[in-house]
Amino acid sequence: MEKTASNVNIYDSAKQNNPAIEELKGIIKYRDLVFQLIRRDIVARYKRSVLGIAWTMLNPLGTMIIITIVFSQIFDSVEKYPVYVLSGLIAWNFFAQTTTAAMQQTVWGASLYHRIYLPRTIFTVSAIGTGLVNFLLAMLPLSVIMAFIGVPFTKALLVLPLSVLLITLFALGIGLLFSSMVIFFPDVAEMYHIAITGWMYLTPIFYPANILPDTSRAFILGLNPMYYLMQLYRLPIYEGRLPDPTTLLTSAAIAVITLLAGWGVFSKKARAIAYM
Amino acid sequence: MDTETIICLENISVCYDVPNEPIASFKEYAIRYLQGKVSSRKFLALSEINLEIHRGEALGIIGRNGAGKSTLLKVISRIILVNAGRLYVRGDVSPLMEVGAGFHPELTGKENIFLNGTLLGRTRREIQKKMDDILDFAEIADFINAPIRTYSSGMIARLGFAIATAWQPEILILDEVFAVGDIFFKRKCLLKMEAFHANGSTIIIVSHDGNLLSSICSKIAWLDQGKIQASGDAQEVLLNYEKSKQKQFS
Repeated sequence: MEKTASNVNIYDSAKQNNPAIEELKGIIKYRDLVFQLIRRDIVARYKRSVLGIAWTMLNPLGTMIIITIVFSQIFDSVEKYPVYVLSGLIAWNFFAQTTTAAMQQTVWGASLYHRIYLPRTIFTVSAIGTGLVNFLLAMLPLSVIMAFIGVPFTKALLVLPLSVLLITLFALGIGLLFSSMVIFFPDVAEMYHIAITGWMYLTPIFYPANILPDTSRAFILGLNPMYYLMQLYRLPIYEGRLPDPTTLLTSAAIAVITLLAGWGVFSKKARAIAYM
Repeated sequence: MDTETIICLENISVCYDVPNEPIASFKEYAIRYLQGKVSSRKFLALSEINLEIHRGEALGIIGRNGAGKSTLLKVISRIILVNAGRLYVRGDVSPLMEVGAGFHPELTGKENIFLNGTLLGRTRREIQKKMDDILDFAEIADFINAPIRTYSSGMIARLGFAIATAWQPEILILDEVFAVGDIFFKRKCLLKMEAFHANGSTIIIVSHDGNLLSSICSKIAWLDQGKIQASGDAQEVLLNYEKSKQKQFS
């Protein structure tokens, strides 16, 4: 054996950390697998399609065009409506698609959990990773539309990596929370699908926030974490300004707390997978 | 525990909740929970297991169905976490089995080698180094860039096996349950296992087949109802196991 004595992996159940930390170590050790899974998802999705990777970019663009045709008359108070819609849509699609994919991947992976050791969070993490690649790709047509319509590119765009990071952390947290349930109850995936459709309509993606009735606006938006996160992404693009510190701090707190909760719950629940 | 101890189980117990009535959906669970009808009982799959395996040893595990053999393998592979006791494992545990489960039909043979290899805990670099060996062994060199959905089932099986056995394992685990189906595949597994053993791998094998175990293993542990009934010299344990089986039938 090539390994030297100091290089041998030693597992001792008496010296294990908290499951959440062990899980994190596992992901770091299996980072090549995360990469392979992301690659698999992207390559497999486009292999048999003529448009290939362009599809990721055309898909939100098509939706944006339809929404613009249907709603631009109603929301004519919103300037440069296509950019408003597209920026919101890209952020929302990323969140909705990755959390759904996280559940599907975890269900798929459950059969492997019975046979080999794998960090349990691996399929959720890779699903979010795949979504992130698509998210970044979708920003290309967005910048084309911005240039075409005449939305200026400002220094505020420099905050976008932070916005993307926080939405990613939030999506990972929600994905983990629901994945930990879907392992035991497959119907949770259907319920989530219904819930996320409702959630989409409650989030100002294709309508401006000010059309919500005064009485319930603060309530609907105040309790909607995706509203803050979407603002963080949309403001630098659409309005060319930085989000105010309150929005920034609220989003960061929501994202980090959701992730910690999701990671903790999933790591704990996932221990029971192999018993089933 | 001396330095050559590669696996050590001290008072290991595995216990889990088995629902009294299976609940398939969250809706059902929520309704039953509100009715106060969610109940489960404890199932003790393994109870106070003590085992020590030294470097280069081959340990056989024998016992009836439901005795906890596969659970014990899962504990050592860290698929199941223990509730009580201490598990110490020095080195990587590799299960030898049909691992085609991780293959993706649309990806090419080469892409699947990377995917499957990383699922088995290998790094991309390690896989790259073994690529030629794997392709040779699986005899698919001409099809390496074709999607795996175009492969015959024999090719897929060969490829899975080639990946699983590309590296000399530190600790090799074989559950006979997975190896059944194809007699040629089973034979191939055993041959490969013997080669690994000769080269110094530590081996743990679960089987119902006493003859098979005694041909490979020097030590055997006999499990019954989650407890170790006897462990030690292979011939001796097997003899006692056979006796107890006969007693039951007579």
